[in-house]
Amino acid sequence: MISLVLLSVTIFLLVRLTGDPTVLLVEPGASQADLEAMRKQFGLDRPLWVQYGHFVSSLVRGDLGHSFYYRTPVLELYLSRLPSSLLLAVAAMAFSLLIGIPTGIIAAVRVNRWWDSAGKVFALLGLSLPSFWVGLLLILFFSVYLGWLPSSGAGTAAHLIMPAFALGWYFAAAHMRLTRSSMLDVLGSEYVKLARLKGLPEALVIGKHAFKNALIPVLTLAGINLVIMVNVAVVVETVFAWPGIGRLMYEGIAFRDFPVVQATVILNGAMVVIVSLLVDILYAVIDPRIRFAR
Amino acid sequence: MNGGRTATLAGAWRVASLASFRTEGFPLVATAILGVLVFVALFANVLAPHDPEVGSLGERFRPPVWQQGGGEKFILGSDHLGRDVLSRLVFGARVSVVVGFTAVLVAGVLGTALGILSGYLGGWVDQVIMRITDAWLALPALTFAIFLAAVVGPSEMNIVIILGAVYWTRYARVIRGEVLSLKERDFVRLAIVAGCSKRTIMKRHILPNVLNSAVVLGTLMLGVVVVTEAALSFLGVGVPPPKPAWGLMLADGKKGLMAGYWWLTVLPGCCIMLMVLSANLLGDWLRVKFDPQLRQL
Repeated sequence: MISLVLLSVTIFLLVRLTGDPTVLLVEPGASQADLEAMRKQFGLDRPLWVQYGHFVSSLVRGDLGHSFYYRTPVLELYLSRLPSSLLLAVAAMAFSLLIGIPTGIIAAVRVNRWWDSAGKVFALLGLSLPSFWVGLLLILFFSVYLGWLPSSGAGTAAHLIMPAFALGWYFAAAHMRLTRSSMLDVLGSEYVKLARLKGLPEALVIGKHAFKNALIPVLTLAGINLVIMVNVAVVVETVFAWPGIGRLMYEGIAFRDFPVVQATVILNGAMVVIVSLLVDILYAVIDPRIRFAR
Repeated sequence: MNGGRTATLAGAWRVASLASFRTEGFPLVATAILGVLVFVALFANVLAPHDPEVGSLGERFRPPVWQQGGGEKFILGSDHLGRDVLSRLVFGARVSVVVGFTAVLVAGVLGTALGILSGYLGGWVDQVIMRITDAWLALPALTFAIFLAAVVGPSEMNIVIILGAVYWTRYARVIRGEVLSLKERDFVRLAIVAGCSKRTIMKRHILPNVLNSAVVLGTLMLGVVVVTEAALSFLGVGVPPPKPAWGLMLADGKKGLMAGYWWLTVLPGCCIMLMVLSANLLGDWLRVKFDPQLRQL
């Protein structure tokens, strides 16, 4: 809760202290009186703390103000973009889990073989390459040279492939590393030894006993990462002209559309805070050790 | 409410790091690449064949020398304003190195200082600093940085301050944790008995002991900072044009992308990749080598 309050104060102050949006709104050559009228209309003439109080009270009511540029409620804009952002995030997440978990498991089962080394390289690259550059390279290769995939926009499954890959690689690498190490951890545990001693076939030991428990930390991380993805996607969405929240934020910055920027940052931040809280609660429900520790 | 999440994530990270980073040989290539980049950054004005900010429109989109239509004049081609790509890459190294290292330093000094204060003094100081850290960490770093950059306007100086302001929390968390265990150690207790002031203890006894972690963390942060700077410049809220920054070059390169002018996109990205990859490799190695504690991050 404190996080959310601090968040709103920081964002509010930063947005308001940096310039006058009215100058951008009126036509060139407008008189001083017009400017004043405009400020009054948006409530920019009142003291800062009054503006902040107004801001918070409307926040609680779910009213995030109107976009200066689109002249529609910001919340509406945000919600209209949310589905495509989530679609991209879910696609990227599916990709990252489909790649990350199996490669992580194989790497853990065959430690220090070539597959493990290949996985390490894949992970290191994923964690080091900027997602927007990956996106640009994909466009160059698959759109410009091969002409297989559309370079920008949204709508069909073909539009989704490249952004999802560019966004998902980093997370695939993170999930792979975590799967591998968590799997190694589990494989060294007593109950896996017991399962082997019982004479269970190795496939069953790995698939049934080890896999399930190794998956817990990975899925925890994935839950939080899904929300992080919506946030990080701003660069990828810009590269592929994907109509999501990241692009909305980018446009808000480009047009100095304060309410839009403010709302996207607050809603995104709130989303991260709430999801991590939910994950905590879920964890406590699932795992008695955490519940009784406090 | 953040306690549980920290616990679960810390658990996950411990598992992650213990297994995946075992001590390997010294990353010679990575260190060499970083060394070369610093060298290039230092002597950019000697090494660059042309002025990176001035071009002639008559010589736009020249391909690299080995391709059809390329000439000796532009070894790595020219961009949409006829500027030499090689010179821009060389001066871009200066931007990345300067912004990267200073931002890591700003974040490191701020975060280490606050981490020590928070950990050693405890009480309300600790409460205040850690609440702010929590709030800061709740914001996704990239969104936060873009937001700040959009608000304060583009300049190299601002980028350094923004990156410092966004990333100091990582240091504060880790350093505070270390200080909490350090201050229970005998040598600190002896210093207290000997009558050292809190200030002296923090400066002479605590600080030298957390420097290792700070340096390791700093190396790992270098990659993150360089990518963030490139992303900000790419979005047009970072280093302002016509300054040659790699992220900015990528944004410009996008204009020639559909026409197949690959060198404008591939080359600056390769530079970013080399720098980040090297920093990550070196950081991973340092982490295992010098600081077993940090693996519990």
